[in-house]
Formats: sequence, structure tokens, C-alpha cells
Amino acid sequence: MSDEEQKGPLQSSLRVQELIYGLKISEVMTKKVFAVSRNCTMRDVQHIMKNNGITGVPVVDNCHVVGFVSMNDLMNALEQGGMDDGVISRMSGEVQTLAEDMPLSFAISAFNKFSFRSFPVVNKQNELVGILTFRNINLALIRELSRQLREMEHQNEHPVEPTSLDMVKVYQLHRYDFDNGGQASSKIKKFLKERGVSPQLVRRVAVASYELEINLVAHSIGGMLSFDINESRVKVSSHDRGPGIADVDQALTEGFSTANEWIRSQGFGAGMGLPNVKRVSDEFAIQSAVGMGTMIRAVIHLKTGES
Amino acid sequence: MKISDIQSLDGFTCLQSEYVDDFVLGGYTSDLLSDVMAHADEGSVLITIQAHKNTVAVSSLAGVSTIIVCNNRSATDDMLEAAREQGIAVFQTADNQFRTSVLIAQHLASCPAR
Repeated sequence: MSDEEQKGPLQSSLRVQELIYGLKISEVMTKKVFAVSRNCTMRDVQHIMKNNGITGVPVVDNCHVVGFVSMNDLMNALEQGGMDDGVISRMSGEVQTLAEDMPLSFAISAFNKFSFRSFPVVNKQNELVGILTFRNINLALIRELSRQLREMEHQNEHPVEPTSLDMVKVYQLHRYDFDNGGQASSKIKKFLKERGVSPQLVRRVAVASYELEINLVAHSIGGMLSFDINESRVKVSSHDRGPGIADVDQALTEGFSTANEWIRSQGFGAGMGLPNVKRVSDEFAIQSAVGMGTMIRAVIHLKTGES
Repeated sequence: MKISDIQSLDGFTCLQSEYVDDFVLGGYTSDLLSDVMAHADEGSVLITIQAHKNTVAVSSLAGVSTIIVCNNRSATDDMLEAAREQGIAVFQTADNQFRTSVLIAQHLASCPAR
């Protein structure tokens, strides 16, 4: 993708995506949750839905989600005269929950993958802490859009100096597009070099960014790589829409790889990618859920004494 | 040893000649691009059988000035074009990576850059 294509509306819409992808589910979900216990009836659920204008209610046992009653379940009960039945007999027992510390990008994948309209959100102890609907995501999107607008207005009034290190840039990457793998890294390398960042630091940023770029191309079904740079650090984040990593510890083990023969024949897939990223980073974080996606963040400090 | 000296070595063909003729500062032999990315030094020659566009991307990011393609592997056109854009020299040889490495190492030892 050329620089020209990256400018203008595409870059700012990617930027908004990156902003909302970077949010955690806990920052976006509704924290006031209406839930029912096992011994409630469908009529109880109906009242709760009607009085609060909601379309689904989790069933909990001791704060743990054991089921979910959707509008569909309620309509079936109504039709079949089962409004006085206990929720246990009419709820969906297999509930897909989301973890509160997952990035919002995972939730967007979950909405695409499952036909649910809302997801119960749980904490590390697997206790119900919130509920996430598409409405929450839309609100977050609007909030981030207006923040972006304010930033753009501010930037118009105070143009960035050409020597400034401040930059946010997002690149979209497609599966198996090895031809363009490395382009984002080259541009960032050039940007940092031109601004006098030391070759050692530029090299570390280049390693992290290139490996993440190749990872997206080789292993994900597509995703985005974003750079958030200021005077003190370079933050490289990679977000993808799946397939997700089953065992993150394994993926971080040098030599472990799921790459196919073709990827290997290209000189990749030696199981060095993620370990390389971790090695060159001052801060490193990874989160992944099968079927939802992977988020990796690598931070490289530009000023010594901060690491 | 300068980059252009490689051309006069026995059995070497220059595939991409638009480069700045700097001193060769070292060498790295590997077919794993992540390994090259992590360990090759700035100003080195890369001795490899990987002859495609990504070899150039990694070389450019790692600061490798020259790529030597071994076993007479053919280099793709888009690789050579990318190398031209980046000013990275590309040579081809019939020798394998081991022999090429020995040869380059000997030349580096007899005429060091500094």
C-alpha cells in the first residue's frame, strides 16, 4: 500500500478501529447487569426484560453464569404456555462468555462468529461482572470518533513539527500477502532513522515490527499493525481477527511453530518470531482466544533509564 | 574487501549492480529470515539460498548490504527489483553456503575493512 493510499479517510478509519480494538471489554460493557437465579420463572425474566428494555438475561448460580435466556427462549415459552416454567428448563445452557480483560477486537469477532446479540462478561474468577451488546460497541465507536475529531482539530491548530517523533499510524495486513510484508516496518524504520533515533533502537523496533507483520501475514486471517510513537517510546500493536493461539506459552517457546511447508520454504516459520519480539521489547503483552483473535503489544523505550 | 570485489571472485555473477560500493563489514549465513533479522550485523553480506522479495525486506531492515544467493538458485524478478530500490547488491554463485562462507571469510581476513 503506498503512502498516498494510507492518508486521508482510510488512515483515520483504521485509526478509529485501532482505538476501539485497543479498548478492553471491561471499559465498554454495561456494568449494571440484570441476572436471574436458577429458581426464577420465565415470567420473572419477562418482567425484567420489559422493565429494563433488555433482550437477554443471564442465569447465575453463586455469581457464575450457568445459562442465558434470550428473547427467543422467552417467545417460545410464551407460545407454548411455559411462562411459569423455571428458567432452568428453558434457558440455553451453553453460554459463550467473554473475559473482561480481553481486547474489544475479540468481542467483535465473537459477534461475527456467534449469532448472539449479547454476551455475559466474566472476571478471572469466572464471575459475572457485566454484559456486552452491540450497542455498547457502537457507543464506544462514537466516543472514539469524537475523540479522534477533537484530535484532528487540535492538530490543525497545532501542526506537528517535521522533526517531531509523535506519530500514530495503522497498517492493514492480509493473509499470505508476503509481498507486502515488511513495508510497514521499512516505513517506520525510515521515520525513526530520519529523526535521529540510535541505530540499535531502530533495529529493535524493526525486529519487533517485522516479526509482527510477518506473523499477521503468515498466521492470521488478517489484521492490523499499529504504531504509536512519542518522544519516550515506540508502541507496536498487532490485532487480528483469528484464528487465535491455543497455547500462548507454547507459541512463545523458541522453535515451536504451526507454519505450513510453504511458509517454511519462504524462510519463515522457524518458531523465532514471537520470541524475537519479546527479546527486543522493554514491555511485551499477548492475549489470545481461539476463534476470536490475538492481540500483541510490544513497547520499546527510546530514552534510557526508563526500562 | 569492498562489495564490488565479490564480483571478481571465481564463479560469481552480479544480478543487481545498483549499490553503493561500501566495505563489507562481516557476513552471516542463514536461510531462516527471522534468524537473519535477529542476528545479522549492519554492513554484512548475507549468504543464503532464500532468493525472494522477503530476503530483501529482511536485509534492508537488518542493514545487510549484499545478498549472495548460493547453489545457483534463481532470483525472482521482483526480488531484484526490490533490491534495486533498496540499493542492495545481489550476487549468485554455484557454490553452496559453506564454501561461499569460507571464501568470503578468507577474503575478509586478508583485506579487512578497518
